[in-house]
Amino acid sequence: MEQKLIFKDYNEALKQNKLLGLKCRDCGAITVPPKMVCRQCASPDMEVVELKGSGKIRTFTTVFVASEGREDEIPYTIVMVELDDGPWIMGNLEGIDPKEASMELVGKKVKMGNKVFPGDKYSAGEGARPLFSLV
Amino acid sequence: MKKVAVVGVGETKFSGPQEKTEVELFAEAAMEAITESNLKPKDIKALFIGNVLGDFAEGQGMVQSFAAENIGCLYVPANRYEGACASASMAIRDAFIWVASGYYDIVLAGGVERAATMGTGLATRTFAMFSDARYEYPAGITFPAVFAMLTHLYADTYKIPLQKLREQMARVSIQSYKHGSANPRAQFFGKNADMTVEKVLGSFMVSTPLTLHDCCPFSDGAATVVLASEEVAKKLTGKPVYITGTGQSSCGPLGNQSDYLPRIRAREISSQRAYEEAGLKPQDIDLCELHDCFSIASLIATESLGFFDYGTAGEAWEKGEADIGGKIAVNPSGGLKAKGHPIGATGAGQVYEVVKQLRGEVEPERQVEGARLGMTDTLGGDGGTLVNMIFERGW
Ligand SMILES: [Zn+2]
Repeated sequence: MEQKLIFKDYNEALKQNKLLGLKCRDCGAITVPPKMVCRQCASPDMEVVELKGSGKIRTFTTVFVASEGREDEIPYTIVMVELDDGPWIMGNLEGIDPKEASMELVGKKVKMGNKVFPGDKYSAGEGARPLFSLV
Repeated sequence: MKKVAVVGVGETKFSGPQEKTEVELFAEAAMEAITESNLKPKDIKALFIGNVLGDFAEGQGMVQSFAAENIGCLYVPANRYEGACASASMAIRDAFIWVASGYYDIVLAGGVERAATMGTGLATRTFAMFSDARYEYPAGITFPAVFAMLTHLYADTYKIPLQKLREQMARVSIQSYKHGSANPRAQFFGKNADMTVEKVLGSFMVSTPLTLHDCCPFSDGAATVVLASEEVAKKLTGKPVYITGTGQSSCGPLGNQSDYLPRIRAREISSQRAYEEAGLKPQDIDLCELHDCFSIASLIATESLGFFDYGTAGEAWEKGEADIGGKIAVNPSGGLKAKGHPIGATGAGQVYEVVKQLRGEVEPERQVEGARLGMTDTLGGDGGTLVNMIFERGW
């Protein structure tokens, strides 16, 4: 059985600012990032759907110590966003000063764009991530 | 199922960058454990070894075979375990299951790592490999960042002002440094006993709100244990320490744990399984070596393990309830924070400490008086692997 939505197709869509997920035909739950089975009921009977990409910030951090190869990016802010569709998704936050990121961000509404990590020698190629901004 | 005992333990000093190779570090710890068990290498029927990043640290894969051969455990099965920071605990738990099943009667288990040797850049990159490579790493996730986000989420979930939470977390680091400073095998032996809340909060910011003193160090080191069936154990030692309950659990990327966060559901399931198997409750446990990779991790762990109510662990540290003489003695070794965190060996280091505590063989200032029941808690990745084990004094 093949996974209905694989990373390659998810990534290509995300690069066009389209967030793809999977809707369960058994329980209705939305799964993103993609998996073989529904994150709530483990059913493989899911269809690919386009999500809105909007949601609210549940938590965040600003990173000051980078991985090898990503030193030029610090400081940057990572956020976990609870999508209006339910799941939580990890991305970065732009349009703020990362050094000023505070608890006031929690609960703030965001919309989604994307930014591509070009990859390094370990990553088997590039990968886009959601790039959120406050609305 | 046969009863299984720890009959010997061994450990190198946990430290910063080492000149010894992983094979040499492992040998040091293994020979100590084998000698303490009144055994010879030829008596070992199989080796289960945790090693996470040897490929990156030394360019050495399949280290378990070289490590076995180096100590004269010839032509016996040697398996490597990789479960990020929980690797050695996975190895010991599986060794326990094999001995319990009766298939082997004497097994050496443990782990080795040279995380400090890699340096901060490569270590940070490779540790991030225990998050989701496709759906988390592109955002620049690092290990401190995972627990930094859990800190903000914890503050929001339990409505604790961030500054107050940070001060409570500083108490965790201070307690760990105090015990580690008295542990000769600890990376911070003789150091940081005078740590203060102000110093923790004012040190270098790693990932907001976690400072350097909220984070465990990168470490080199090895630790091992010898497990034997009850029948064999009784012939080898007058002080067998029995493994009476274990649990292990897995889960996926951090976001997929959202129904429970900041609780780590895998830990709740793993520890409940261990308590059930041992027929014990959290309040029965005298000491726990738990996975304090970051100060916030201790709060989250003690709550999921059932020692304190959700959202109250910080207060417990403030009142000394998580210290020796309190409700539960947490990390009398100094924990990952002060003893060190050579990731592939960490779980075996926890077992080493619990066994020494139950035998009453640690330095007086950090001995838990009369300890009879001890527990370990080891976490890999952002909750991706969890192992819990319960140990009982057998005499
Ligand atoms: Zn479903």
